[in-house]
This record gives sequence, structure tokens and C-alpha cells, in this order.
Amino acid sequence: MAAIEMKNIVKKYGDGFPAVNDVSIHVADGEFVILVGPSGCGKSTLLRMIVGLEDITEGEMIIGGKVVNDLAPRDRNLAMVFQNYALYPHLSVYENIAFPLRLAKVDDKTVDEKVREASKTLELDEHLERKPGNLSGGQRQRVAMGRAIVRDADAFLFDEPLSNLDAKLRGQMRSEIARLQKKLGITTVYVTHDQTEAMTLGDRVAVLKRGLLQQLATPRELYNNPGNLFVAGFIGSPPMNFLPATVEGTTVELPFGKVEIPADKAEKAAGKGLLIAGIRPEAFEDASVVDTSSSRTGSTFTATVDVVEWLGNEAYAYIPFEAPPEVREQLEQLERDLDGETLRTQLVIGLSGTTKIAEGDEAEIWVDTSKMHLFDPSTGENLTVDLDDAGEIPANAAKQPATA
Amino acid sequence: MRKVGTLIGCALILVWCLLPVVWIISLSFKSQTAITNGSPGFFPASGDSAGWQNYQDVLDNEQFRRAIFNSIGISLIATLLSVVIATLAAYAIARLEFQGKRFVLTTALAIAMFPVVSLVGPLFDMWRAFGLYDTWPGLIIPYMSFTLPLAIWTLSAFFREIPWEMEQAAQVDGATSWQAFRKVIVPLAAPGVFTAAILTFFFAWNDFVFGISLTSTERARPIPAALSFFVGSDPFNRPASLLAAGAVVSTIPIIIIVLIFQRKIVAGLTSGAVKG
Repeated sequence: MAAIEMKNIVKKYGDGFPAVNDVSIHVADGEFVILVGPSGCGKSTLLRMIVGLEDITEGEMIIGGKVVNDLAPRDRNLAMVFQNYALYPHLSVYENIAFPLRLAKVDDKTVDEKVREASKTLELDEHLERKPGNLSGGQRQRVAMGRAIVRDADAFLFDEPLSNLDAKLRGQMRSEIARLQKKLGITTVYVTHDQTEAMTLGDRVAVLKRGLLQQLATPRELYNNPGNLFVAGFIGSPPMNFLPATVEGTTVELPFGKVEIPADKAEKAAGKGLLIAGIRPEAFEDASVVDTSSSRTGSTFTATVDVVEWLGNEAYAYIPFEAPPEVREQLEQLERDLDGETLRTQLVIGLSGTTKIAEGDEAEIWVDTSKMHLFDPSTGENLTVDLDDAGEIPANAAKQPATA
Repeated sequence: MRKVGTLIGCALILVWCLLPVVWIISLSFKSQTAITNGSPGFFPASGDSAGWQNYQDVLDNEQFRRAIFNSIGISLIATLLSVVIATLAAYAIARLEFQGKRFVLTTALAIAMFPVVSLVGPLFDMWRAFGLYDTWPGLIIPYMSFTLPLAIWTLSAFFREIPWEMEQAAQVDGATSWQAFRKVIVPLAAPGVFTAAILTFFFAWNDFVFGISLTSTERARPIPAALSFFVGSDPFNRPASLLAAGAVVSTIPIIIIVLIFQRKIVAGLTSGAVKG
């Protein structure tokens, strides 16, 4: 059991490109922290620096109150589950799980006890004598976890452990990992690119982009109060809508018309000219099914619906719009950062399943403007963020690496 | 129809490959007089059969026993050293980035392509100067220099197949680099190690040129060279049936070695290490 403290960690490769740039994260004892981001954001590199498989260029890595920068992996007492499991194919499942204990020269009786205990926890009892080659993906995954839990490590590190499993198994293993972590109460750092895993597993989530920490917050805080465009676009599915917007008083002009926003938000965005408004699809609703007597603040506008996807309990309507060049450029950049394709700019609207809106209709749409965020198009910063409810947002989050 | 064709093809190839072997075995059971008089049949004609007498004579021959001992000793030592050195070298080549890696690999290949005969002259002179002439090391060293490159190439290909994560997992589990190598990498590369061992053993066992040029007495003379010196009781009449028996006997160790090693060369040993 130990806390992991990363202080201004920098990783530079031979060509000087900072794969991880000045990242500081404090993982409390027993906490489950997720490192998430698109490919190439440095999340795996950061994890490998914690475990000691990569050298740390600058900064301090403190595990359990001890600086471990120069310690070899075997002296850090951490357990890691690799993306491809890295089981030892020449050893039986039993010996795979026992491997760390054998290296630590634990006597046979204790080894047997601990291996049996781990295999019971992971329901591997009937497979102990088999070789990893004969196991299914999920079983291999459990063996890899068995090897990690058997040895009373200070912390668990997971490097995209579920990315090789099919969707159904992934869901099962996800809850399995969450249960195990809660049961053992062990400090855990978990790398993933999958935002469902990030949102469901973590006590806190660190969002990384090109080696820079963007925001470190609970899943709820990330969702409700993204610190910048990148986090806003990364968290949530379908993603947040980004629309060009200009604020005058408490009125925001969107491509579909004018809506009213709460005064406190309007104040923060006053006098900034052209902005990007971020609204999640579920902040919209078919105006005909909204209970207008409710106290929710909102506005309505009309637009022609291009496509409707009806999913039963909900429906998504798509409404294309034209964005001015400066906004379009920022949005294209954002798509590239998120590993996405630049598609046409369109508004995605989440509607309740009872909606009668059909393709081609001129529909009246209600929008909950209290859920609207306003972003500065030049920096991507969220102007309307509620800092008390947004975790940590590092000051250098928007800084671009020099060589990028 | 296709099956029949395959069968006929296999049979033809088998006959082509095994006929000389079978004929040697047939010869080894014929008596010396029968061969001198001409004995065309595959099975010895009545009265021509020598039974196990030729084998008895060969094994009773001190010179032959000594040659077998030399061959086994020299080949095993050369194989062992070659495989150990090649394993370490190949691991370094597969895993480390260092200056002159390509140079090492290409030089190794160049050495392997050298004609053996071109080295015999200089080696003969050098070995006499160093006192290595007609000794076991005098043969082990050239065998190693010809088998190492091949072994290094074979093994480094095997090591490259083993995912990096295997060592990293071992290190995180608490192993030193050496423990990770010994407990995880070497067992995984075992098929490669045994392949290299078989190739090396073949080369050392079958070598004739070095064996005959760098030895002068039975102190170090290996079997292929010894057989050529094997004259029997009558120097003017080479004992063909005895030689045949000697040849058969000298094939047996290699068959045993191959059978032992072959079992270790199990394809797909790494399957299950990683997904996919």
C-alpha cells in the first residue's frame, strides 16, 4: 500500500520530443486513478515510468514516500498487467502466478497458499495445471491479474488490460477489476484509451493530450465541467456539440438562432467576440415533450432535421450547419487531436424515445442552456468552467510542445 | 489420383535418398571374401553372410574406438560452446542497440560463407606454431568459428520473435536482467537453441577436411578422417565390408542426437504468451 506522487515528470526521447511533459499527479493510497487520452498522448509512457521500464528525464517519482527515480523495476514492488498479458508460455498457470514468489524465494508452502488464494479469487482453480496457450482471452487476462495480486505489491498498474478482449468480456472484466480493486483496497493506476473504462472505473481520471495533463478530476467533474475543448470533446459519447457562438448580454447567437443563457455564464464570456459553444447532445430535447412549467432554464429554436437515428429508449437527430473559418479550423484541429476524421460540422441532438420528429421535419428544439459551455477558440480554454467543481486543471494544459 | 501421385513421388524421393544408406547396411553384413569375389545381391548369398562379425571387428579395433570417442567429445564440446556463446551474442544483437551491430552480423555471415578449404593451409601452420596441431581444441576452434555465425543468425531470429513484454514482466515481477534471461527468455528460445545445436553438431560430426588436415595421430582424429585411414589387416585390399560397418556405427550417434533434440523443437512454443 502506498501513495504514488508524480512531480513535474518529463520524458524526452532521443530526438528531444517530450512524450510526457511536466505532468504532476498525486495518487492517494488506495485510490484508483485512470490515465486516459488518444494514442500518442504519453499515458503508457507515464505508466512505464512509474513501474521503472522507462527512464525519467526530469522530475521526481515518489512511491510510498521514497524517491524511486533510479530504482530498477524489481526494487519498486509494483505489480503490472500488460496489454498483451505477457504470460510465460512455458510455465503452467500455477507457476505463472507463483513466478514473483519464486523469485522472492518464498517457501513452497506459502507459495501454494497464496497461489490457491489468488486462483480462488479469480476463479482459476480448474485451470491451474494448464498452459497459458490453451486458455481463452479472458482466462489469460485473469492469470495476468493473478500474477499481480499474489505478491502484496504496493500498487497495481494496468496497461490497457481489456483492449484485447471482445466487447462482452470487456464489460465483465471491467466490473471484475473494479470489484477486485475495492476488495483489496490497493492503489491502482490504469491506462486506457476507452472512455467508458475511464468513466466507470476511476475514482479520478487524468486526461492527457500530447504529453500534457489536461485535467485531473472525478468522472462527474470531467463530464460536467471540462477544462477545455479537448477534454470536452474527449469525454462523452456521442461527443459534445461545438457551435460557433457570439455573446451579447445574456443572448447567445448560434447558427440556429438566439438562445438565452444564465447571467453568470454570460458575464464570464462577455466581450470575447466569436466563441465556441459546447452543448452535450442530451442537453437538447424535442420542445413538444419538454415540461415547460419546470424550473429548468432553457430556450427553443427551430431547425430542419437531416437524419434521425431511433434507438428505442432514445433517438439522435442530426442537423448540419456551417461554421465560420476560425471556428472550423479549431474544430478540425480538435478532431485530429482526438484521432478522429474531420467530418461535416453537424449538431447531434439527443431526443427522448417518444419523439415524433422525423427526417426532413422542421422541428422545434429545446435546449438547456445552463448546461452550455463557452470556449475561447484561440486557446480552447473553457471560459464558463466552474473551478470549484472541476478537479485540477494545470496551467500549462493548453501549451503546445515546441516541436509539434 | 492426386494422392497416388503424392505417394509415388514420396516413394521415389525416399528410394533416391535411402538407397545408398541401405546399400551400406547391406554391405556391412557381407563377408570380405564375398565382396572381393563380387556379390551383386542385396541380401548376402548363402555362405557370403558375415553376420555381426564385421561390427564385432570394428568395435574391437582400438583405432576405431578412439576415433569414435574423439568425434563424440569434439562435436559435443564444440556444440555446447557454440550454442552458449551464440545464445548470449544473439540475445545482445536482438535486444540491444549498439554501434557496429550490422557490422557484427555481416562479418559473421561473411565468415560462414568462406570456403573451408581455403582456411586449412593457414590453420595448419598456425596450429603447429601454437601447439594446437593434433589436439581437441585444434578442431573445436575451427568448428566453432564456422558454426557460430549460423547459430547466431538462427537464434537472433528466435529472440526477435519473443515479445519485449516477457522480460519486462519478469523484471516487474522481481527478476534481475539475468534471471529474466535465464528463466523466461532461454526456455522460450529453446526450439531455436536446439535447432542451432543440431546444425552445429552436424557440421562438427560430418567434417572431413579439418579432421584429416589438422590431425596426425589418433589422439584427436575424428571418425570421418579415421575411416579413410582404416586399412584393416591387409593394406593392399581395403576392407570394404568393415568400412561399411564402421560407417553404420558412426551414423548411430547422430541419429540418437537428432532424435533427442528433435523432441525439444516443438513449434509454436511461444503461443499463449501474448494475445493473437
